[in-house]
Amino acid sequence: MSADPTQTLAFDTSCHLFDGCGFDTVAPGLHSFLFEPLLGDADGNGFYFNKPMLLALVGSVIIVGFFWAAFARPKLVPGKLQMVAEAGYDFVRRGIVYETIGKKEGEKYVPLAVSLFFFIWMMNLWSIVPVAAFPVTSIIAYPLVLAVIVYVLWVSLTFKRHGFVGAFKNFTGYDKSLGAVLPLSMTIEFASNLIVRPFTHAVRLFANMFAGHTLLLLFTIASWYMLNGIGIAYSAVSFVMVIVMTAFELFIQAVQAYVFVLLTCTFIQGALAEHH
Amino acid sequence: MTSALVFLAAEEGHKENPLVPPWPEVVIGLIAFVIVFGFLAKKLLPTINKVLEERREAIEGGIEKAEAAQTEAQSVLEQYKAQLAEARHEAARLRQEAQEQGATLIAEMRAEGQRQREEIIAAGHAQIEADRKAASSALRQDVGKLATDLAGKLVGESLEDHARQSRVIDRFLDELEEKAEAAR
Repeated sequence: MSADPTQTLAFDTSCHLFDGCGFDTVAPGLHSFLFEPLLGDADGNGFYFNKPMLLALVGSVIIVGFFWAAFARPKLVPGKLQMVAEAGYDFVRRGIVYETIGKKEGEKYVPLAVSLFFFIWMMNLWSIVPVAAFPVTSIIAYPLVLAVIVYVLWVSLTFKRHGFVGAFKNFTGYDKSLGAVLPLSMTIEFASNLIVRPFTHAVRLFANMFAGHTLLLLFTIASWYMLNGIGIAYSAVSFVMVIVMTAFELFIQAVQAYVFVLLTCTFIQGALAEHH
Repeated sequence: MTSALVFLAAEEGHKENPLVPPWPEVVIGLIAFVIVFGFLAKKLLPTINKVLEERREAIEGGIEKAEAAQTEAQSVLEQYKAQLAEARHEAARLRQEAQEQGATLIAEMRAEGQRQREEIIAAGHAQIEADRKAASSALRQDVGKLATDLAGKLVGESLEDHARQSRVIDRFLDELEEKAEAAR
């Protein structure tokens, strides 16, 4: 059975409480994160283009446009837009990079941190933008790309800074005073740093956005679903939850962007630090 | 009613694991991030960094300028104070000098006046003395002549002998003076 081309929402809007239609037919799930391609075919192995991709590209253009408007012709005495952008830039630069890596060594990584922060924030923000209403980062591919970039950067930095043996010691947390447990500790550290770390780095962002979007969908769909007879009272409660969760998501979106960049800087700092 | 759900269910079967990324999304994700990073790192952040640096310098330059102005003001003030003190000192010195000069002048004038007065007095004295002497001698001659004439007439004898005459007159006058002395 092929999809209804006029279907734009992720659930059946004609299904209501007391209509003999169960909530399980409209409840959000994994399918809420799958989109019918706008171009191409998702079934084959060929290239396709869907809504999250569009949002990702448009989001990039928005970020570049914002910073272009603010920074392309900067003034010594900033205007309002430049002031706002400078505040954001300064927050990442001083609040994250200088705090973790330090001013001297960190300066090089400021552009990466700033780009990561605003990119992730924008991708998260799509979640509460009307019509878009989907956090791009709730699709694992996007956090994964960013986590891999960071992973490649800090691993190569470790090798460059400490040489092969030094890097190995750095990865494994080599410490002679551990004695007999050293092999075990080294194995755990090695797995933790090189295998688990990039995975959790990506999944932390992905899962937060995934869960947040699912919650928002749940309450939004429930509000609609219960809009029948006495169910209107329940619907009102659910709708209040939509608003509360939207505000909460707004907060989580910024926090997750912050956490991702903070971890990035911590990894870089660990790579640059002397082995102890 | 369920057409979309059936489609989605089919999709779900195809990609059931949300942790497995489809490659087209990875590619787009990479492109999207590279766009952001490229613009920010290569163009926009260096531009704003330059301006932030300029602003920092401008603020520091302003502070430096203010400091320089303050130092200058301080030095000018000190200069003025020094000049003022010098002027006061000079004025005091001039006043002192003027006072001294005035005192000398007064003393000089007083001495001059004293000298002139004494001169005048001395001249007066001399004049008086000379007059007295002239009067005295004139008187003496007149009195002598008168006395001689009178005596000649009285004794009827000419007292032509000058020496004798003089002696008699002098004796007479001396007697007169002695009488006057005695009377005094």
